[in-house]
Order: sequence, then C-alpha cells, then structure tokens
Amino acid sequence: MIEFCGLRLRHRVINASGCFDVLAARRVFGEQLFEEFPFAAYVSKTITLSARDGNPPPRLWESAAGLINSIGLPNRGLAAYLDADLPALADLPVPLITNVMGSTPGEVGELVAALEDRPAVAAIELNVSCPNVTTGLDIGADPGELEALLRHVRPLSSKPLIVKLTPNTADVAACAAAAQAGGADAVSLINTLRALALAPDGSGAWLGGGSGGLSGPAIRTVALAAVSRVARRVTIPIVGMGGVASGRDARELLDAGATLVAVGTECFRDPAAGGRIARELEARFTQIAE
Amino acid sequence: MSAPFGRRQLELRTRRELGPYVVLGAIDERAHAEPGQFYMLATAERWGGGDGERPYLARAISVMRAGEDGHVEFLLEDVGPGTRRLCEAGVGEELLLVGPLGHGFSEPATPALLVGGGIGIAPLVAVQEAWGGRALLGFRDAAHASGARLFDEPLVATDDGSSGHHGRVTELLEAELAEGPRPIYACGPPAMLSEVGRLAAAHGVAAQLALEAPMACGFGACYGCVVATLDGYRRVCVDGPVFDAAVLA
Repeated sequence: MIEFCGLRLRHRVINASGCFDVLAARRVFGEQLFEEFPFAAYVSKTITLSARDGNPPPRLWESAAGLINSIGLPNRGLAAYLDADLPALADLPVPLITNVMGSTPGEVGELVAALEDRPAVAAIELNVSCPNVTTGLDIGADPGELEALLRHVRPLSSKPLIVKLTPNTADVAACAAAAQAGGADAVSLINTLRALALAPDGSGAWLGGGSGGLSGPAIRTVALAAVSRVARRVTIPIVGMGGVASGRDARELLDAGATLVAVGTECFRDPAAGGRIARELEARFTQIAE
Repeated sequence: MSAPFGRRQLELRTRRELGPYVVLGAIDERAHAEPGQFYMLATAERWGGGDGERPYLARAISVMRAGEDGHVEFLLEDVGPGTRRLCEAGVGEELLLVGPLGHGFSEPATPALLVGGGIGIAPLVAVQEAWGGRALLGFRDAAHASGARLFDEPLVATDDGSSGHHGRVTELLEAELAEGPRPIYACGPPAMLSEVGRLAAAHGVAAQLALEAPMACGFGACYGCVVATLDGYRRVCVDGPVFDAAVLA
C-alpha cells in the first residue's frame, strides 16, 4: 500500500481531474469498470458553486502529439454534486478526491466547507490553475495570492488539501512553496499549458472558448522539469502529471520527486490506461528490486 | 449492453475499396453493436509520427454493419491524418479499438426513410439490414455514389448530376414524404441534417439523426463533443450519437 496524505492507496496511479467521468464510464462499460478500476484514487471533474454549461463547441483540437481543449468546466454545481453525484459514487472502489474551483477565496471556502461533513470525500483538490476560464488563473499563478487563498481555506477543512498548480506562471516552484506555506497537504502539477489553435480557413481561433490548454505527450518533458523544480522547493508530496502514457513515463515523474502520478489525456485513448500504467510501473519496481 | 472495458486489439480481417471509400472488417467476439453505435478506432502501429505528429487520438467511426457472428464493418473516407492511416491499413494489421459506444437508433414502428449524405451513409447500412426502410442517398458525384451499392434499392442524388437525381437528397426526401409520412433516420453533413429536421417537423414525423463530432474519448470523459440541445449541451458520445431532431437547438 502507498501512503499519501493519510490515504492508503493500492498503487501510485490516479487520474487527472477532468479526464475521466466515472458515472458516464460506468454506464458505458458496466460493472467491469469497478472490477478492474484503473486508478488508486478517483479525482472528480471540477465542481463549482453554480452550474456551468461549459464553453461553446468546438472544444477540441488535435495538435502535434497532443490535444488542445477548451471545455470550460461544465458541471451541475455544488448542490447537484452533493445530492446526486456523491450518492451515486458511494460504491466507488477507491478513495474519492473532489476537485473544486471558485473565483474568489470566499467561493473556494464555501465549496471546501460544504464537503467537510461528507465522509465520502477523502481529499480535496483545489483547481487554481485552469487556463480556460479567467477566474482561477490569477490566484494560482501568483505566490502571494495563492498563499492568501490557502490561509483562508485551510481552517475550513480537516481533509487533505491538494493544490493543482498551473505551468502558466513565471515560477511554478515559488507557487508550490506558497501553497505549502499556506497549509496545503500536497501539490499536483502540471495543469495544461495555455495554447491557441487557429481555424484552417484563417477565420481566427478554432476553439469556441478562444484559447485552450495543451495536454498529452507534447507536454511530458515540461511536466518533468516542473515536478523536478518543485520537488527541490517543497517537502509536501507531489502528484506529477503531464503526458504520461506508459510506466516508463510515470517512473520518470516519480524519479523527479513525485509520490503519485496522474494520467490524463492517455485515458481518452484507452479508458483502462491507468491500470496498464500502474502494472508497467509495478513491473519496473520488481525488476529493479531483483 | 455494456461495452468491454478498455482498449482492445483486433486484427483487420477484410479490406475492400468502394469508389473513394474503404470498407474495413474485423471480428469482435466480445460485443455486438446496435445500429447507430460507433467504435473509437486507431491502428496499433504508426499511429502518430506523421505530418505534425498526427494522428494522436483515436477516431470515432460508425459501425456500418455488425453481424451476429461478431463480424463488424466500418466505412472510411480519407479526410485527414487519422482516416488516412486507417484507410491505408492492410489485412492482418492490428487495430486498436474501444467500443461499441453510444446510444444508437431505436427500432421504428413502421418502415422508415433512411437519409444519408456522403460518409454518413455508413450507419444506415446497419439500419436497413436490421429493420428495412427506403434508402435516399446523397453524394457529391458518381464516384462517391459507389457507396449506394451497400444498400438495397436506393434512390440516389448527386450534387453534380453525374448519377441519379441532380440535386440534394433532401429533395428526394421531400418527394417521398409527399407520398405519405414515415419516420426518418438520417446521418450526413450538418446542413443536410438541419434540412431533414425542418422537413420532419413540417410533415409531423419523427426524425432520428446520427450526429458526428470530433471526439477525444468516446465514453463521456472529455466533454469535448457536445451539441446544443433545448436542454443545454449534451455529449454526442454518450447522450448520442443518435438524437431526436426535435431536441436539437
């Protein structure tokens, strides 16, 4: 078993927020999904106070070895999450990490406080870095604001708080240090890199939301550099992510200082990718031990 | 029925060309697709690494035909790096696939009109084989109209008049509806589908439209393939790809 912020996990691979919808996947794949659940913990899509429709389509653009998305955090809002999603997730076979985003410290505090008396929520991930919406971006990119956010939110929750860091900042390690100083239990990185896709006909931005976030193998080495720098600045555990598609990719992030590895875009190509990567990682561990 | 969990590898068993189209066949012993469902398809080798390092994501491809013996066929047209690579796949090569996925067509109470445009004819082959119906097919020219050979007694329209009716397939639909109302099953380009929806409403008949949208995952994870409905955005992959025309915004 792996210990992470007080959670006991079967292996080191979880999903990146927004890259797996357990409730939809269960309808598609049935009980086999839970029997062969690919992640050691499940991270929800971002929940906001109010419901959000998300951005107008098109929302996707396939780039060189990657994907640019501008989804816009569609979700049914906090109340529906508490009343409908949490009961539906009751038999999830792994710990649940709920990802939340607010546009102000007050909103984030409200979200975090609402999860406090929900035992089903094992930990909370704070999205302070989604580059698709203007809210959330500034706080996560600025160490001072990030620390102030954590100082406001930390007393409101007894659950582990994981801060998801954006790479769209001058100094990601300084942001990680600020999160730790503010009382974060862990940091997760990297979120997507801000990117722009242009329509082939020259009519301007392709994505309905304007610019988007780049993910996939194209950003893997960027993630590796960010995790490596952050690991030298903080003592709290790190969830490393960005373009992981194999056990070897996961191994590199662990070597750079991550405790867990999250799989994002590769889940789109193979819904069972998390389990495969965990097995490949395990095989490498065994190999090294021998 | 649930789709088997995870991406699977299947051998490409058959490949044949039909004008500009390519029909790929495989045997899926673990699942049987309903008309209107799709798979996410990629090749196991040389997927990516081409121009601009694409393709990267698998491509959502409608099931053209799914036999009880597991035989499943897909109709492809080379329109970009992903479909090009799939069209180039040779018999014996390994395909990567997730599926069958999506919410397909529901069986009609009375024989239906099947309206297909271009590559959108694919899911209607399965519909006609399962439930019959009159096929009305639109293509840009006679070469593409080779796709009509997949159907039993189709009526064809071409944009350039080189085969069948010179004009739009929706003109054939309008003439058929004038002879009597029948439910409509349609798949094709957005302009065709919106005209089908308009004609269905005007004649008071139901229309089931199979939509196409760029998709990253196909199983509801990415939220990238949404379409606007009267009830807000819905995911084409899990809420569709087949939608009642009346619910589309």
